[in-house]
Amino acid sequence: MPITEAAAPHYQQPLLRTPFHARARALCEVDSYIPWAGYSTVDVFTSVEHEYFAIRNAATLYDLTPMVKYRIAGADAPDYLNRLVTRDIGKLGRDRVAYCVWCNDAGHIIDDGTVFRLGDTEFRLCTAMRQIDWLMASAVGFDVTIEEVTDRIAALALQGPTSCAVLKAAGFEGIERLKPFEIGRFAVGGAPITVSRTGFTGDLGYELWMEPAAAETIWDALMSSGRSRGIRAIGSQALNVARIEAGFISPNVDFVSAEHSLRVGRDRSPFELGLAWLLDFDKGHFTGRRALLAERRRGHRRRLVGLDVAGSKAAHNALVYCTRSGKREIGSVSSAVWSPTCKRNIALAMVDAPYFAMGSTVWVEIYLNRELVWERRMMQARVVERAFFAPVRRRSTPPADY
Amino acid sequence: MAAADAGGGFDCIVIGGGHNGLVCATLLARGGRSVALFEANDLLGGAAATREFAAGFRVSACAHLLHSMPAALQRELRLQSYGFATAATGMASTALVADGAALAIGAADLAAADAAAYARYDARMRRLAAALAPMLSRAPPRLGTRRWSELAPLLELGWRVRRLGARDMRELLRIAGMNVYDLLEENFESAALKGALALDAVLGANLGPRSPGSVLTLLHRLAGECAAGAAGLTQPLGGMGGLCDALARAARAAGVTIRTSSPVARIEVEADRASGVVLEGGERIAAGAVISSADPKTTFLHLLGARHLDAGFVRRVTHFRSRGLAAKLHLALDRAPQFTGLIPGREAGRLLIAPSLQYIERAYNHAKYGEYSQAPVMEITVPTINDPGLAPAGGHVLSAIVQYAPYSLKGGWELQRGGFADLAIDTIARYAPGLRRSIVASELLSPPDLEREFRISGGHWHHGDMALDQFWMVRPVPGAAQYRTPLDGLFLCGAGCHPGGGVVGAAGRNAARQVLQQAA
Repeated sequence: MPITEAAAPHYQQPLLRTPFHARARALCEVDSYIPWAGYSTVDVFTSVEHEYFAIRNAATLYDLTPMVKYRIAGADAPDYLNRLVTRDIGKLGRDRVAYCVWCNDAGHIIDDGTVFRLGDTEFRLCTAMRQIDWLMASAVGFDVTIEEVTDRIAALALQGPTSCAVLKAAGFEGIERLKPFEIGRFAVGGAPITVSRTGFTGDLGYELWMEPAAAETIWDALMSSGRSRGIRAIGSQALNVARIEAGFISPNVDFVSAEHSLRVGRDRSPFELGLAWLLDFDKGHFTGRRALLAERRRGHRRRLVGLDVAGSKAAHNALVYCTRSGKREIGSVSSAVWSPTCKRNIALAMVDAPYFAMGSTVWVEIYLNRELVWERRMMQARVVERAFFAPVRRRSTPPADY
Repeated sequence: MAAADAGGGFDCIVIGGGHNGLVCATLLARGGRSVALFEANDLLGGAAATREFAAGFRVSACAHLLHSMPAALQRELRLQSYGFATAATGMASTALVADGAALAIGAADLAAADAAAYARYDARMRRLAAALAPMLSRAPPRLGTRRWSELAPLLELGWRVRRLGARDMRELLRIAGMNVYDLLEENFESAALKGALALDAVLGANLGPRSPGSVLTLLHRLAGECAAGAAGLTQPLGGMGGLCDALARAARAAGVTIRTSSPVARIEVEADRASGVVLEGGERIAAGAVISSADPKTTFLHLLGARHLDAGFVRRVTHFRSRGLAAKLHLALDRAPQFTGLIPGREAGRLLIAPSLQYIERAYNHAKYGEYSQAPVMEITVPTINDPGLAPAGGHVLSAIVQYAPYSLKGGWELQRGGFADLAIDTIARYAPGLRRSIVASELLSPPDLEREFRISGGHWHHGDMALDQFWMVRPVPGAAQYRTPLDGLFLCGAGCHPGGGVVGAAGRNAARQVLQQAA
């Protein structure tokens, strides 16, 4: 049967296509696609290495459209969000973005995401997973409307040290004044476009939000203004390397949503994920507050930490032990990669008390498949802060002009 | 008795002056707390009040008989010394049947085969119920705790069930999840007997005889009757309001400050603790603890507000099934109704229109689809036979619980209340010819009317369905099943809690104990 490009009704196509699909398809040399939240997205365009180095050395475009987006508006929208997430949304200014987590009654994380304050009573919530059930359950008693707008907003992440210069060249006037977590509004080629200085790479970068109709125009404009600045389209694999370097957590990789887990003890609290800085116990009630206060009194038994592992072999799915003998298991690795920029073998691991203390030494059991023969390596690792790579350019305003 | 503190506040504020609120307030005051009780209506009693529905004609507004109020609680409250009197006790039940030969339940009228079966069945059900009865007067256990005191009721239940002996225990475990239809079919021949016995399982419930769990509700009622002791079915003198008058006197004697016509607008929260109430007039009253006898939805969603609670808990509260299916029919009559085929004297008891299991199930079918029953089932009393003071001389009152009358009626109650009242009257008139000619006035209270009159969300007699998933240690919802709530200082004491609805008072007493323990 010939492949047809005609759009079939959504229930006949297993995966939807984003407004950037045609552009991405043209560049995707290795035909490597993965499903993400119901959309087909590119996993690798050319090679992970090329794409990764573009993130750290030039500029990259990543199709963010499948990111689930909710419009939350209404007189009670600020109160609603304050009851939903653990941070104080009252302190979030207009045209600012906040990274947030939200918990169930037991204080266990359901998901993380970003809250965009677009107006006094209008917000956008971006999440990796669909959350409408929990959002609606949380809406009882609030004058708020919640609608999913994922397919109404095309989104692109433009990340990398030359990203600001690329935007400037594409006509985003004044983009260099945009501070981290700030939202700016622009008109490019006649299309209104919202830019936030946010991202998942831990580097200088921006996220662009536009109407689907403007998607290809913007893509083309950025590609052409970025040509001399090394711009490249990237897939999810390269982004994953960058996000581990930045120490960012990924749902279903580093934690399981408390609404999805079946086994007792698999849920994780913000304390356990090292996100205690997101908790504001003074702002009034939020879901999970009472349980989290109790956990604060009680202390937590495990914590997600960074590991600096000896050797160069990534500690994928490795078990963590307190001694080299491997007699006592004290945790496991959830994300691991050889960091090309840090030149370190890094990992994120959930480690039991007291071994999660910064600077303590643990051992990880790495399995290597060497031409179909499995070898086991017991490697020493040091517990370190999760942000392995945090360049100054990430925060500096205006960014250096590359 | 502690005096109100200098700030004009109280140790405890009880919201709602129904029987549970009054019981709770009294016991808290006797426990040394300063207590204020706020009732929205100008009359105390809540849904257990006596109302004048026509000039000179008075009737119990909802439930018209006491069957499950524990004798121990009545003694503990010293109700008799506060003027509680009964108009009748040990009232008999009689099944009305279409051919005119009414069937007295438990009497010699039963055919030989059924009489022996009934004796066996009744004795066994009462043995099973007796094993469960003590659970009604304890706070339900809580799982996921290591506190011995909170797990004890679970062990106690296990021990009591085991102590029934192998045969009864097996029978209890066999029938507990069954439907009452199958249970009665196993035991009896007479359609009228089966219908009448099934009615107690579905009265005030969102169940038909074939609904799973209808044996559980029957056992629950029988356990209540067991705890109530020897008095049996009882008609309080002066209607249900007579009971509440005595409860109110007991409360005042204990030092409770009672304010009627004082609807609470909201529960105040300070530093994540219930700190008092605000009345609809704007007056604030501070308290160390707030105990609500309002239904769970009203308490959590309207008086407290979802924003003070976790979203998962709120979701459980919104899912609490609380739509009533029972209406109340009140008839003012200029003479005593004449039921055909009734053994003389039986009209003073409880008359049941539930001539067969199929009849009840069919009546329930309509309710499933948002319609009222075309042939409703009823529990009827003529309270003026035992208590002539409820009507002008010579006059009578007929009080009937009429099922099924779903809260969310297709087309709405406003347009159909009259039609349903007519249908109910016609149904009774089939067994009491000439009834229509004697009617002076009538009133039908549909579930939305009950909701409005008594501020019960959904107009449910029991504040929420009695069903396995809303029973005992998950009633009303996990997280609030021990009369405590997720918010410190806020407690529940109404029918939405264990052991549920009916004029019982056990929820009020269990809650009072919980509050006294907590703050001790």
